[in-house]
Amino acid sequence: MAKQRTSAGFLRKNRHIAYILPWLAGFLVFRAAPMLYALICGFTDFHLFRGISETGLMNYRAIAADPAVGRAVLLTVAFAAASVPLRLALALLIAALLAKRFRGVRIYRTACYLPSILGGSVAAAVLWKAMFRDRGLVNTVLGRLHLPAVSWLSEPHAAFWTVVLLRVWEFGSPMLLFLAALEQIPQDLTDAARLDGAGAVRIFFRIKLPMISPVLFYNAMLGFCSALQEFSAPFVITGGGPRGGTTFLSLLLYRSAFTANEMGYASALAWVLFLLSAGFSALFLTAGGRLLYYADEGGGT
Amino acid sequence: MKHLRRSTRMKLLRYAVLTAVSLLMIYPLLWLLAATLRSNTELFTETGLIPKSPDISGWKRAFQPYGGQIDLLHAALNTYLIALPKTLLTFISVTLTAYGFSRFRFAGRRVLMLMLFSTLFLPQTVLYVPQFVLFTRLGWVDSPLYLPLIAPAALAGDTVFVVMLMQFIRGIPKAYDEAAKLDGCNSLQTLRYVLVPQLRPALLSIGVLQLLHTVNDYMGPLLYVKSPARYPMSVFVKLSMDADSGFDWNRVLAVCCAAMLPQIVIYFIAQRFTTPEAGGLKE
Repeated sequence: MAKQRTSAGFLRKNRHIAYILPWLAGFLVFRAAPMLYALICGFTDFHLFRGISETGLMNYRAIAADPAVGRAVLLTVAFAAASVPLRLALALLIAALLAKRFRGVRIYRTACYLPSILGGSVAAAVLWKAMFRDRGLVNTVLGRLHLPAVSWLSEPHAAFWTVVLLRVWEFGSPMLLFLAALEQIPQDLTDAARLDGAGAVRIFFRIKLPMISPVLFYNAMLGFCSALQEFSAPFVITGGGPRGGTTFLSLLLYRSAFTANEMGYASALAWVLFLLSAGFSALFLTAGGRLLYYADEGGGT
Repeated sequence: MKHLRRSTRMKLLRYAVLTAVSLLMIYPLLWLLAATLRSNTELFTETGLIPKSPDISGWKRAFQPYGGQIDLLHAALNTYLIALPKTLLTFISVTLTAYGFSRFRFAGRRVLMLMLFSTLFLPQTVLYVPQFVLFTRLGWVDSPLYLPLIAPAALAGDTVFVVMLMQFIRGIPKAYDEAAKLDGCNSLQTLRYVLVPQLRPALLSIGVLQLLHTVNDYMGPLLYVKSPARYPMSVFVKLSMDADSGFDWNRVLAVCCAAMLPQIVIYFIAQRFTTPEAGGLKE
């Protein structure tokens, strides 16, 4: 009797868990179960049409031995390491210039944000391909300026930077977040510094930048993790070429899973990508815990 | 005097940098628009923004179907058949989840919250392989309702939005909830009549982000939409590029331009409703 009452009481007390049940169901079915499945699958040679005939570590051995995977990992990390700082630096510069009321501020803001609306779309990638092809817009402009043409899409290094540039072009969303953060800084702080004779540049680096460092850090981490997954731009612009110059891990993953149908191998690769981004997130979080300034020590959970 | 000169110099520098960057940002888009009105012969040799001899044949051909199965307008329609239900269901599921987590205590809350945050670091690319196997088993691949694209979002799968909304809910004083409770609202009514009206700006920006994200998504439809008649715009644009680039660029670019326009329009409409002041969440 008493037991029944307490379990009814337990249900009553926790009834509001109902609000999160849809999320929990989705988490278990669409996230946790697939991840677990991929973990198991990575130790088999599961082929979408031929099934499983072997189990063991062979996928991970093959991954470790395959120079193409090593190169893809390096390229993926290089892509993140090149595109994220450039993108954030540009976003920060423009946000710093826009965080003030002056004539035309809205027009500039819109102009800088416009490319990001198309962020990651195939249409933007196709536009990029049209601009950077051998006889495309960029080379025509270079020709007008009497500069030598670059074979943007047929030279591995140039192709890599072409894809980086597309990502930098879409710097609008970190810019908006920086703007919002800059506008939250109390005016009296900067006023006080100005009275003390500090110039705008100095105020920016000594006061504003430290104060928005959590936002900067958050953007760096999320930007890095999403750059590690870049897929549609290289897939559309270069198809992973030339000579593998833009074959990032996601493309390798796509090919092994959906062209070769080798789900076992692809699952193992997916876990490699997962561990890579988890590793970088952990690195960011430990570094961030030391370096950052929080106005209201407000932690996450 | 010296101070004045310094500030005018700063002002000029600000305008110069902003103008240069803005022009660089906008130029490719304006060139794209101009390019769709040029013939294929002068398309890449002209760098200006005004076509010398306007030619709308690219646009005319952009509306012709590929293989009789899919054309531009159907692709656009398909895109919103995915994006609109997905955004609507995202609103509902994300609001419920954020509300549950930020306003109530229940057993296991801390662990569940950790699980929620952990999914922030779980890249979608990693999930494609096992999810594809799952959706194949469920028979959802090429579903006319686009289930593999919509179902995860309908169950608050995009946890970034949950975390975002939790931040906003945290900014609303709990006193509102308590007042509503005293007035006889149950917790769902409190959410509906007290919190949701205050969350409107946040929900609007979540809606716009989700809508644009879905419209731009390529890998999802690439994997889960198999019949050409159901292709959304992103797949259609890639298809038209593969079919025509090399000789018919103005058609390809017209398709591109058509694919970009709705998103730009959505952005401008949404901007009218979100002024920076509309947030009003800081005490």
